[in-house]
Order: sequence, then structure tokens, then C-alpha cells
Amino acid sequence: MDFLLEPLQYDFFRRALIAACLVGATGGLIGVYVVLRGMSYVGHGLSHAAIGGAVVGFTLNMNFYAGACAMGLAAALIINKITKNNKIKLDAAIGIVTTAMFALGVAIVSKLRNFKQNFEAALFGNILGINNDDLIIIGIVTLITLITIFFCYRALLFSTFDQEAAHVSGIKTESVQLLFSIILTFSVIASLNVIGVTMVAATLIAPAITARIITDSFSKMIIYSTLLGSFSGMIGMYLSYIFNVASGTTIVLFSTLLFCLALTIKPIQKLVRNQ
Amino acid sequence: MQAIVNSDWQSFSAVKLSNISAGYEPNTLFKNLSLEIPHGLFAGIVGPTACGKTTLLKILMGMHPVTCGEAELHGQAVGKIKPGIIGYVPQLGSIDWNFPVTVEEVIAMGLYTNGRILPWLAKKEREQIHELAERLNVSACLKQHILAISGGQRQRAFLARALISNPKILILDEPTSGVDIKTQHEILHLLSDLNCEGITILLTTHDLNAVASHLPWVICFNKGVVAQGRPNDIFTNEILTKTYGGDIAIVKHEGHLLIANTTPLRFMDPK
Repeated sequence: MDFLLEPLQYDFFRRALIAACLVGATGGLIGVYVVLRGMSYVGHGLSHAAIGGAVVGFTLNMNFYAGACAMGLAAALIINKITKNNKIKLDAAIGIVTTAMFALGVAIVSKLRNFKQNFEAALFGNILGINNDDLIIIGIVTLITLITIFFCYRALLFSTFDQEAAHVSGIKTESVQLLFSIILTFSVIASLNVIGVTMVAATLIAPAITARIITDSFSKMIIYSTLLGSFSGMIGMYLSYIFNVASGTTIVLFSTLLFCLALTIKPIQKLVRNQ
Repeated sequence: MQAIVNSDWQSFSAVKLSNISAGYEPNTLFKNLSLEIPHGLFAGIVGPTACGKTTLLKILMGMHPVTCGEAELHGQAVGKIKPGIIGYVPQLGSIDWNFPVTVEEVIAMGLYTNGRILPWLAKKEREQIHELAERLNVSACLKQHILAISGGQRQRAFLARALISNPKILILDEPTSGVDIKTQHEILHLLSDLNCEGITILLTTHDLNAVASHLPWVICFNKGVVAQGRPNDIFTNEILTKTYGGDIAIVKHEGHLLIANTTPLRFMDPK
């Protein structure tokens, strides 16, 4: 038990642990829709656009989150607009829009080489990088995500499963998609310092696909994915502390381990049940 | 679902299209199309592939724009129709069968029009689902995943989703495709029963024999209405050739119409 309690004496670890659990839960929750809407690549893209925005914001003396939010939201809106008429597919739109925004960030970094250390946490996640402001922002984003999913649960489920029938039933599917893109952007940006740009996509996808293997019910998938995301965040953070490696890597590796376990155990369970 | 007798809304048509034009830029699919379907009709739209059947349904549901003309459903302009007026059953081929939903969750989607926003089902909603599932013979598989049930049960589950909001007009896109002949009969009989209760039903299909034997009204469609009426009157060589452009034989056998394509097939000689 000591190895579990020992890190808790440090302020930075307590903050990081709460942040990782919240970010993991939010990622797990929103990841269900990301996976089922075929948007798995969007988390990866938005995080890159956000980091481009953060760099641009830095050059304009803006807060990290302000720049990341501005660019992330712009990317989400542009992707929505481009894909509206179905001529350009989602993956292509994500590929061009978010990469261009990331490229802008990289171009600025290469021109002005004096702020590299500020973005290391944002690239791979760092438990030392979570301060009280980060924690407040993560808390607010988690709350916004929970409230939005709670009140839009039926509309989101229906429009994710069958957009045409949802439209006929009176759901404003375009507005739902836009709202979803906005909360997804907020979630991605809020998790940047814990998970890191390069790892965000996996924290959205891994809990959701693990939950999908476990259950065939949507409501259960939502619950399992949220719990798995939060659990992965917690264990990943401990592993990050114990092995002294970037928190994003340990969270992603642990959630991938859970996925592999589910992938292995489920067929065995089925086999046993059928015998 | 209540039987509808002498309701005031019967004074206007279920569907009224006046001189509408629509298409996919830069092409025009229909030009000055007019069509009126009275309330209480059970009609099938038949026609060749890419003749605009699905586009017509999409126009009626406000999912495809018209470039000119007026479209009304249940006396309301298309695009401004109150939720719950239309029940829609999509082509089952367009459904993602690996999506994690149970039959109960699929049917519950149709309850969106109730206006309840809480994620979980109210007791009354659960009762509604069970009652309808019982009626459509899917109550035993309510907790099952949609992939784990038969084709007929799937069709009935989606029908239940469309019916749970008590729609006035039921629109089905090819409900008989991909199911065996027995299931096809079951579905069409079920639709016929629903029609007897007062629901206007409009469906598209490629199965002319099913239309001839089960539907009281048929609309032959090919980028416009070629003809409409009772199958016995409409399924003539002339009309079907005009609709499909091929050689079609119509045989009357013991009061039933049998329709077959008589274009000669070219087989490869196995030797």
C-alpha cells in the first residue's frame, strides 16, 4: 500500500492524479462518440491544431489555453464546414486543416527558438506540468462535457447511429455535430498538459474500443468507457511517477494493455460460455 | 396507435407536391413534378434504379432541397413539419450493424419526439416500448444486440422505432429488400394492418410481385410519375415498359399478377 500512498504526499502528484482521472473520464466519455462517428483521427488532428494555436498565442503573449482554444475551435469549425456537403471526407479535411495549423506552429517555433521548454509537457504530458490553473480548466471542461452529454444524450445517440432518421425526428443534426465538435475541442485542449499532443488520440479511442468489446449496449459502453478512461488515467499517473517517464506515455500504454486484455479475454469467455 | 375516423386532418392530403424540380447539380432529376397522395393510402413507389425514388422520399422528409415548387406533408410545408408527423424506416443496408445498440435502445430513439431530455427511459416510455415490441413480435429480443437478431426482426425493430411516436405518415425505403419471401410477406401484412388503423404508408421497392399482391396502390416512377392506381390497372405492359424501358411479361394466375423480366439472358456455355 505504501507505494500507492507515498506519492500522494506531494502536492504536484495529487494535482496530476486528479487531472489524469478527470481527463481520462472525459476522454473515455467523449471517445465513445468519436469512435462511433468514425472520427478517431480527429482527436489527433485537433490536438496538433491546438498546439499550433498555443505557439501562435505565445508569440502574441496570450495564455496557452487561449491560443490553443482559438486555433482548435477554428479547426473544428472549418472541418465541419468543409465536410458539410460530403464532397470532401472527414479524414481528408482533418488531414489538411489540422496539419496546416500545426505547420504554422512549427514554422513559428523554428523562427523563434526561445520557448521550447514550455511545450514539452504539451507534447508528451508531464505530471510536473499540472498547476492549479490547469486543474481548474480541466475541472470546468469535465463539467461542461458531462452536462452537454447528459442533456444531449438522446440527440447524440440518435444522430450518431442514424443521421437521416434523427433529422426526420426533429433533431438538428448539424447543430448537434457542431456542439459535439466544440466540446471535443475543449476536451482535447484540456488534456494536452496531462497526455500530450502526440498521445491524445489514444486516450479518446482506447477506453471506447475496450468498452465496445465488453458490451453491445450503448448506455453500458458510455459508462464502461468513462470508468476505464479514468482508471487508466489514475494507474498511468502512478506508473509515470514510479518509472519517471512522461505521463502521456504511461496512460496510453496502460489503456492499450486494458484493450489487449479485453481483446484476449472476451473470446475465451465466449468459448467457455458456449461449451 | 389509434384508429383514425373522420379526423379533421383528412381534409388535406398526406402528400402534396406541386410543380417541384430537384436534382443533383448540375443535373435536374425531376422537373415540374406534381403528386398528391390522400390520407390513409398504402402506396408503393416502383421504378428502376436511379429513377429518383429515394430522392423523392428525401424531399418529402426535408432532407433534399427542391429548386422550385412546393412540397407539403400533412398540410405542413416540407422542412417545417412538426416532429412526430413522419415515421421513417431507412434502407437496412445503410445501417451500421456493429453499432453497439440493443433492440430496446433502437426503439427508444423514436421517443426523442416526446421532448424528454434525460438519458434514461421513464417508466411510461419503457411500457410504451414493451407494448409496441409485443405487438410487432420483437419483445423477446429487446435486450439483444441488433446484429444478433434475424432480418425480419431487424425490420420490425426499425418499424417499431418509427411507430413509437404515433406518426400520421410512415415512409419506408425498400423495406422488403434483403429479406426472404416469408419475412417479406410478414412485413407487408404488418404494414397493411397499420394502414387499416389509419396510418398513411408510402414505401419504395423493387419487388413488383410483392406490390401486386399486397399493396392497394402503386406509383410507377421514373424521374416523374409515369402512372398511378391499383396494381391490377397499372401493371400493364405499356406502363411497365415505359417505367423500366425493358421487356416485361405480366401473367394473371388465379387472380394474382405475376411480373417477370423477359429480356433474354445470355449464358456462357459451360463447355
